[in-house]
Amino acid sequence: MQELIIRAKELLECGEVARVLGWRKGEHVYDPEPAFFQSADALENFVYNGFCGANLSKYMIEASKLEGKTLVFLKPCDTYSFNQLLAEHRIDREKAYIIGVGCKGKLKIENIGADGILDIEGADYPDCGEELNVKTLYGDVKVAYKDAMLERCHVCKGKEHRIFDEKIGESVDTLDAERFAEVERIEKMSPEEKFAYFQAELSKCIRCNACRNVCPACSCRKCVFDSTKFDSAQKANATTFEEKMFHIIRAFHVAGRCTDCGECSRVCPQGIPLHLFNRKFIKDMNELYGDYQAGVDVDAKAPLVCFSQEDAEPGALTERG
Amino acid sequence: MQRIGVFVCHCGSNIAATVDVEKVAQMALREQGVVHAEDYPYMCSEAGQSRIAAAIKEKGLTGIVVCSCSPRMHEATFRKCAETAGINPYMVEIANIREHCSWIHKDMTEATEKAVILMRAAVAKVHLNAPLQAGESKVTKRALVIGGGIAGIQTALDIAEAGYKVDIVEKTPSIGGRMSQLDKTFPTLDCSACILTPKMVEAAAHENITIHTYSEVEKVSGFVGNFTVDIRKKARYVDIAKCTGCGVCQEKCPSKKTPNEFNRGLNTRSAIYTPFAQAIPNVPVIDTEACIKFKTGKCGVCQKVCQAGAIDYTQKDEIITEQYGAIVVATGFDTIKLDKYGEYAYGQSKDVITSLELERVMNAAGPTKGHLERLSDGKHPKEIVFIQCVGSRCSDDRGKPYCSKICCMYTAKHAMLIRDKYPDVNVTVFYIDVRTPGKNFDEFYRRAVEEYGVNYIKGQVGKVIPQADGSLLVQGVDLLDQKQILKKADMVVLATAIEPNPDVRKIATMLTASIDTNNFLTEAHPKLRPVESPTAGVFLSGVCQGPKDIPETVAQAGAAAVKVIGLLAKDKLKTNPCTAQADELMCNGCSQCANVCPYGAISYEMKLINDHGIREERRIAVVNSALCQGCGACTVTCPSGAMDLKGFSNRQLLAEVDAICR
Repeated sequence: MQELIIRAKELLECGEVARVLGWRKGEHVYDPEPAFFQSADALENFVYNGFCGANLSKYMIEASKLEGKTLVFLKPCDTYSFNQLLAEHRIDREKAYIIGVGCKGKLKIENIGADGILDIEGADYPDCGEELNVKTLYGDVKVAYKDAMLERCHVCKGKEHRIFDEKIGESVDTLDAERFAEVERIEKMSPEEKFAYFQAELSKCIRCNACRNVCPACSCRKCVFDSTKFDSAQKANATTFEEKMFHIIRAFHVAGRCTDCGECSRVCPQGIPLHLFNRKFIKDMNELYGDYQAGVDVDAKAPLVCFSQEDAEPGALTERG
Repeated sequence: MQRIGVFVCHCGSNIAATVDVEKVAQMALREQGVVHAEDYPYMCSEAGQSRIAAAIKEKGLTGIVVCSCSPRMHEATFRKCAETAGINPYMVEIANIREHCSWIHKDMTEATEKAVILMRAAVAKVHLNAPLQAGESKVTKRALVIGGGIAGIQTALDIAEAGYKVDIVEKTPSIGGRMSQLDKTFPTLDCSACILTPKMVEAAAHENITIHTYSEVEKVSGFVGNFTVDIRKKARYVDIAKCTGCGVCQEKCPSKKTPNEFNRGLNTRSAIYTPFAQAIPNVPVIDTEACIKFKTGKCGVCQKVCQAGAIDYTQKDEIITEQYGAIVVATGFDTIKLDKYGEYAYGQSKDVITSLELERVMNAAGPTKGHLERLSDGKHPKEIVFIQCVGSRCSDDRGKPYCSKICCMYTAKHAMLIRDKYPDVNVTVFYIDVRTPGKNFDEFYRRAVEEYGVNYIKGQVGKVIPQADGSLLVQGVDLLDQKQILKKADMVVLATAIEPNPDVRKIATMLTASIDTNNFLTEAHPKLRPVESPTAGVFLSGVCQGPKDIPETVAQAGAAAVKVIGLLAKDKLKTNPCTAQADELMCNGCSQCANVCPYGAISYEMKLINDHGIREERRIAVVNSALCQGCGACTVTCPSGAMDLKGFSNRQLLAEVDAICR
């Protein structure tokens, strides 16, 4: 972390960048938040630890409108979102100085709490440890690092930064689960079971819009759900169908553009596995149009917005059911 | 607030027999904004149209809904009617209560209920309609014909004669197509080459025709009047300008074992070859898969013997891009593969052949120099059995459900020609029905039976069994005599079903022209617009549209040419005003719409936007309405809903859905 601060200060001082986009200490060790740092002094609140899951790419939309370059810290998986936004002309490459930061898997406080550990005060971020030392009011507890990881880290896209100006720190590929296992489990359900499953999950939604606001793909200037131009907003608000409609429409809107960064599920205060919708679309697209990962390459042709003779006929969907 | 009139058509009994049209009109009056509703037997008739015009004037209607047939049928009619009566033609909506309702339902109560719902949806939409003005687009005065068979040649000649430039793109090394493989043609028995070759020469020599042989259409973009087409000119490895067509290279080529496609694989050809003697252009191509030089790097005999120095092993495929106003598909047919028909022993015995193979056997330039002989041992056959409908009129998935149409006639022709030339050969034809509608067709068939003594047996063949002595045992049934037949034959000829050229799927996709379940291209209307594809500017010629014989093909080729000429004669076309438009305040500038636009109609501009006081430079999508064809791909792709289609706006469509769900 000190290395990041030192480098950030250098870049600020030499005038290469006008500001820094990073993570700021929160109230607790486990709740750092994305923040802009306008000066070297402000960096005293900078933090980079196991809880810095937040993907900073989306903030570059606003940063791209500002004077001068912004230094942004991106973890390997964040670079996919950055590339996708670049492909969509939402951010300006010239306005970003990217430091690719090392990542060994990010943590989720709820996962630690799920083990019955209460009143967590902190957690040591091990260099390459198997175990996480959790500080609580009642003393230290050891937790297997993997058990505390975010879901998305179990299906890690790899330790490669897809775009960067320089890199600081080592990364680890934390992949240890089958990416589409949960989707496949749901696919095998009967229509009634599926409905019941999503009913149960989505009825928890409180429409706080956190998933939408954090999503790098959900970066429309005006969201259809906030617009008076469409009746969908009113409809989504008026009926009990609301949450399903909101989340399903959202999944459709980000289909083909979602990098599977998992931010939606990370921020959901109700713990709804929202990434499953997106992952189902990704799985379908992979099956129908060949493997594709949004954000790997800015110039790649996304399957839903390009056409080839080999594309699946629409009938393929009917046959698949 | 709109003042809407609803006009419910009986379509004779087409609609009225299943839908209570009076009730639909009554119910219409309950809809908000509807100030007039009536039903009438034929709304599209002059009397029906005057009723609409009168109501528009008398009631001061601002929009109308016609509950009738598909908009593909009469939307243009009613738009014109509305325009004449003084309202904008785009204030007309059609509720399709025929194809979508009366024709597919039997129960009157249910059909009426559905008709009312469809009417409601159209009324809901018309409330949100706004007057639209059509623009204009220019017409490129040049046509493309895909396929250089008789259909393509005739279409090209007719277009060229009218004074327009036309290009033929032919996949094989020569134009001529299937007809060039035929020996004689029914019902006059004139030599196929004798009547085709002059047309090939005429096409090649015509100042308005450019022929691209050994070429394929690679990419099509644009729209009626303004197509842009990439054509891949495959490397011939022979310089067309230098080659004199002397043929020495083909004689000297040491690689002579490649199955000869032109002779249906019945003999072999050299690696450097022209498909047949009358080929146009008379310039060979090198088959790189067979050529020793290309395979091993050693040989180069053709280059050494070529006096003209025309051989060029370094030639590369070349892509040329051309502009066209109209495109004619004339991709023709092939015979189906017979691997699912093991019972006829095709492939097991060399003496079981298809009719197209028999054409080559009978042809003087064919593998047997025109002598009728068994391909297994070269012996003169004494008994020949013809089996009809092999793969045609087939109810299972082995064959095709349709009648291939030409087989009855060419089999009569084959039988007659054989009996004429070799009176010692007995000819038997097993058939399901003999279908001979056509000028002089039945007379022709009767001549085969009555004058030439061809033995026609109504019944199908169950099995052809190759015998140890080299003969074939044909096991069939005579349905008229109700008996089993076991017949020894020296040769069996299968009237193999024809199917559209397999490449047509790819071409249809590129042209966004629709094809049916059998891969035949669909007409815009099966009766009234038989040579036009539903895709504007795309026309159909020959068997790609459905099985047909040469006279019919030539007639259709001419008809397609007339349609092309009619299009090219116009300087400007009215464009569809239902084009897309981006809401500048909502546009993200993300390029998704530009990526999906098949017409390249969307570009981006940096624009200073004032968004409720926030002034900033934004990347905004701009639609070129002259290029936009209103397909709507952009509107469904746009994540923010900034893109909308005039005449089919998101609001209008949702209003229809709401009305249906009410």
